[in-house]
Amino acid sequence: MGTASGSITLQEVDKRFGTGVLALEGASLEVAQGEFVALLGPSGCGKSTVLRLVAGLEAATGGTVDAPALRDPAEAATAFVFQEPTLMPWASVFDNVWLPLRLAGVSREQALPRIRALLASVGLAQFTAAHPAQLSGGMRMRASIARALVTEPRVLLMDEPFAALDEITRSRINLDLLAWWQARSLSVLFVTHSLYEAAFLSQRVLVMSARPGRLVAEVRIDAPYPRTREFRLSPVYQQACRDLSRALDAAHVESLA
Amino acid sequence: MNRRLLPWLTLGTLLALWEVLVRLAQIPAYTLPTPSLIALTLWQNLPSLAVSWWFTLKITFGALLLACAGGVLIAAVFALSRRVEAAFLPIAVMLQVTPLVAIAPLILIYIENTTAALLLCAWVVAFFPILSNTVLGLRAADPNLHELFRLYRATPLQRLRLLLVPSAVPYFVAGLKISGGLSLIGAVTAEMVAGVAGRETGLASRILEASFRTETPKMFAALTLLVLTGVLIFWLFDLLARRLLGRWQLPGHK
Repeated sequence: MGTASGSITLQEVDKRFGTGVLALEGASLEVAQGEFVALLGPSGCGKSTVLRLVAGLEAATGGTVDAPALRDPAEAATAFVFQEPTLMPWASVFDNVWLPLRLAGVSREQALPRIRALLASVGLAQFTAAHPAQLSGGMRMRASIARALVTEPRVLLMDEPFAALDEITRSRINLDLLAWWQARSLSVLFVTHSLYEAAFLSQRVLVMSARPGRLVAEVRIDAPYPRTREFRLSPVYQQACRDLSRALDAAHVESLA
Repeated sequence: MNRRLLPWLTLGTLLALWEVLVRLAQIPAYTLPTPSLIALTLWQNLPSLAVSWWFTLKITFGALLLACAGGVLIAAVFALSRRVEAAFLPIAVMLQVTPLVAIAPLILIYIENTTAALLLCAWVVAFFPILSNTVLGLRAADPNLHELFRLYRATPLQRLRLLLVPSAVPYFVAGLKISGGLSLIGAVTAEMVAGVAGRETGLASRILEASFRTETPKMFAALTLLVLTGVLIFWLFDLLARRLLGRWQLPGHK
């Protein structure tokens, strides 16, 4: 892995599904290696479709997509975190996190030290043998993120991962996510419909219009990391929220016109 | 504690009521024996009834084993190809909805070995729940997990072993719970049709035999064993299901 880039480029991408639905139209975006970018928009605007294109799970019907998953499909350089934790309910936390490595032929013994360390870093050291049913929603999401990070990916795609969590759990895991990201050389594309979450987490927020999805605005959040809870009180954060709110409203009005 | 005691209390009360009413009304034993007489008859005939009981058990569990093998095998083929499923499912349904008593005489004609014929009869009723449940289970895997396996470039064999089979287990066990009871019913029904002929006979044949001789207490004794067997099978698979499924599924996923 090492030097290979986790950059993503979409140029004038269209996606029309077999059903005839046009999910994306002329969508262009760029994510630099190591950048944290949020994709913000109303439900059903094609945010998830962007992630699926970048992961190589769907093919674009127009335009070009350039991402690690498409540059070298043989390498597990792309990880996906779904809205649901999507753990295998019959398997322990350890076995769930082991899965991506196991599919690549890495034995349990080989994977053991790496998984132990990873589970400790996401706060699940005590729960390696637990089954998903025994965990809280927040812990399940931590296990899901650990599974995504276990292959040491260069791109992490997250599809509204914290939407189902309560506010306190969510704010805690937001802070942790930033720490995990900073400790790695990782590009993150984070889909959300919460402008507050987008503003808190990312370096750049891309705003999408309703279907067919297009990128209509970009808001930079020029604040250094690590960001703490106090960042939510800062003028930079509050200005970003105002800008995003306006951009969302404009996108909404435009889609109605 | 109370809820576990309740069914036993109910059963005891009903049996006591039965005992008292039959004695008060002086109903003859060949019409309706008392529970105590049934117990006594069961005890006295235990050695010979046990032989028949063992035979019925062999048919029941033999058929269930074959139903598991056949059901799972056919389910795997169905799950692999919707075309094959579309072609053959109606036949499986026809086999399922035809009353066993109606086809058992034919099976007994075509298959000379009685034991084999009985096994086939019980199999016909027992395999369908396992088949339909397993087909459902093999297709029940979380679509997002399917995507994950795709993202990590899982081989078809890895997908089968690590995703499809584990997803199907709870469904299979639910089918097993139904099929366990059905294979006993199938075995007994087939025995009833086969009649008392043959050297080896099961509990149903003993019931028939006793009814010809109006040995009503003996009929009830054999029936008691059948009821106990049915309850035992249900309890066994219920236990298995709970042991297995307790941690298999997320809460609210039942």
